[in-house]
Amino acid sequence: MSSKAAILAAIQKNKPSETPLPALLNFPDQPDLVEKYQKGLSGNGGKLIEAGSLEQVQQHISENFAEDQLIASLVDGIKGNVDVQQISDPHDLEHVELAILKGELGVAENGAIWMPEENVVHRVLPFIAQHLIIILKENTLLTNMHQAYDQVNVSAPGYGVFIAGPSKTADIEQSLVIGAHGPRSLTVFLLK
Amino acid sequence: MKGHTHAQAAEEFIKDDARTHWHDETLWHVRQKRDLSAQGIPEWETLRDTASAAKNYVLSHLGELLEQFESNALANGVEVLWAKDAKEHNDHVYRILQENKVANIVKSKSILTEECGLNHYLEDKGYEVVDTDLGERIIQFAKQAPSHIVLPAIHLKKQDIGEIFHKHIGTQEGASDPKYLTEAARQHLRKKFIEANAAITGVNFGIAETGGFVVCTNEGNADMGTHLADIHIACMGIEKLIPRAADLGVFLRLLARSATGQSITNYSSHFHRPAQGKKMYIILVDNGRTEQLGREDFKNSLKCIRCGACMNTCPIYRRSGGYSYNSTVPGPIGSILSPGKDLKKYSTLPFASTLCGSCSDVCPVKINIHEQLYKWRQVITENTDVDASKKLAMKVAGVTFGKPVLYDLAGKMARTALRITPDSLVYSSINVWGKHRDLPQVPKESFKEWYKKNRKS
Ligand code: SF4
Repeated sequence: MSSKAAILAAIQKNKPSETPLPALLNFPDQPDLVEKYQKGLSGNGGKLIEAGSLEQVQQHISENFAEDQLIASLVDGIKGNVDVQQISDPHDLEHVELAILKGELGVAENGAIWMPEENVVHRVLPFIAQHLIIILKENTLLTNMHQAYDQVNVSAPGYGVFIAGPSKTADIEQSLVIGAHGPRSLTVFLLK
Repeated sequence: MKGHTHAQAAEEFIKDDARTHWHDETLWHVRQKRDLSAQGIPEWETLRDTASAAKNYVLSHLGELLEQFESNALANGVEVLWAKDAKEHNDHVYRILQENKVANIVKSKSILTEECGLNHYLEDKGYEVVDTDLGERIIQFAKQAPSHIVLPAIHLKKQDIGEIFHKHIGTQEGASDPKYLTEAARQHLRKKFIEANAAITGVNFGIAETGGFVVCTNEGNADMGTHLADIHIACMGIEKLIPRAADLGVFLRLLARSATGQSITNYSSHFHRPAQGKKMYIILVDNGRTEQLGREDFKNSLKCIRCGACMNTCPIYRRSGGYSYNSTVPGPIGSILSPGKDLKKYSTLPFASTLCGSCSDVCPVKINIHEQLYKWRQVITENTDVDASKKLAMKVAGVTFGKPVLYDLAGKMARTALRITPDSLVYSSINVWGKHRDLPQVPKESFKEWYKKNRKS
């Protein structure tokens, strides 16, 4: 008997009596989503900036990053100097200093942003970059994770990730350190 | 510490009084963060009820959900393998590594591979497996096992870690600043990520409906590994399934809040298909799970989502440390899982509890942990040679439970006493669990309630 057959047979033999599938949960929309989102994001170590326009984002980048640093932008209207689309081996992204990506939607309760594969091109990009900027539209903010899963088909892309903050760890005596393996900062620009 | 009882092993840990207090307080702090976070969600109890019901559904439909998961994963271009036990799991991994001529392996946190002894197995075959979760890398250098399922190096102080890093990655002697040490580990592990050909991960949730799976980390190490390597091997216990993608709404709201109090892990990665030119494998592992499924009193332990909350809240775990359990999963949940694997070896674990019920109170999937601990005690007392003082304690408990009024009164008295008894009186010498214990949090629901239920059924 194959291991699959053996495992399935053992399950059949030992299966508990049937219980029903619970209905999906739904809770009412909350007010003040921007404020709640800001709290959710900062709780996980990210920073929210409410921006009037993409120019403001561009200005932030010019002020905080040098011209000789590698910047990968996948947002129309934001300049970069790495052509991510032309890269075939993700290892070539090793020295990217900043990645600028577009988020699909934001979740107010925890700051999480849905990032499907097509928004990052190379799956490793939001992790390997030293810093990450995500552009998010204010009207995509949702109250909670139930609403997020209601809107997103998670199996449409081959890969997708909820990003809720920069890379962090507290494995040494529970002291929070930002920048474990991935981005040392996450800045979310919220656009109207 | 093989062959030792929990109390003997705990004795080792509590020799260092200051460290024991520190361990206790650190975990209690994590527990408090969990409380604060849970209290911020008005629908918390509804989430727990729903998560529990979803997991019950999974256990009662496990066969068909596994088949659904497999066929969807296959359609997604993922190779699915089945393993009856640890050995078969390890053999699968080895074969995949051989077939793909893998030289360098990185691994993110997976309690299952720990359970299967994968690292040792692969090391014996000449492979080096680099654990990439910071806590796991620390203990890997120190040749130790994780002492906690979420916080693997929680038993170590930063000075210890400074020493370990000085020896293994050349940090400055005596340096113990967490920022400095983390940065050193970052530089060291970046190289490993870049060099890796294969990445091994665990699975937090497997989605039957879509054939995909979710891995949660704060560090981003699972993603750094899998997206750079050509081969991704995901090792998954068969109980990790959830029926629908939308159930993640419930589980992701509960998991991190229960674990550390944070609202969600910074990365919740959903894997469905391998990236172009790469390969993805899922190994579905039984290793005793189907047997546990058949134990009416203990099958609920399979609902566990490995958040660690029951450890953080447990007065015994906090004061005896993870190693005192001598089992891959320590703490209250480990004490009900491990006896199912080896009743003799783990016979003292169900006694490493005050039965205060705090574990069941915090469990996000509502496992009746303390009831199962009590039931294991009965099984063990009947089947093995339990130390006489514990048999006596069981008898005393038996007498008290037999007289509800007496128990009510005793309970009430203890509840009052808990709040006013000074430490010196609480650290009683007749305590059977060891010396360094004060009394647990007063349970909200009395032990009597479940006992009554239990008698009825
Ligand atoms: S038994 Fe419950 S509380 Fe303990 S680790 Fe598992 S899910 Fe968390």
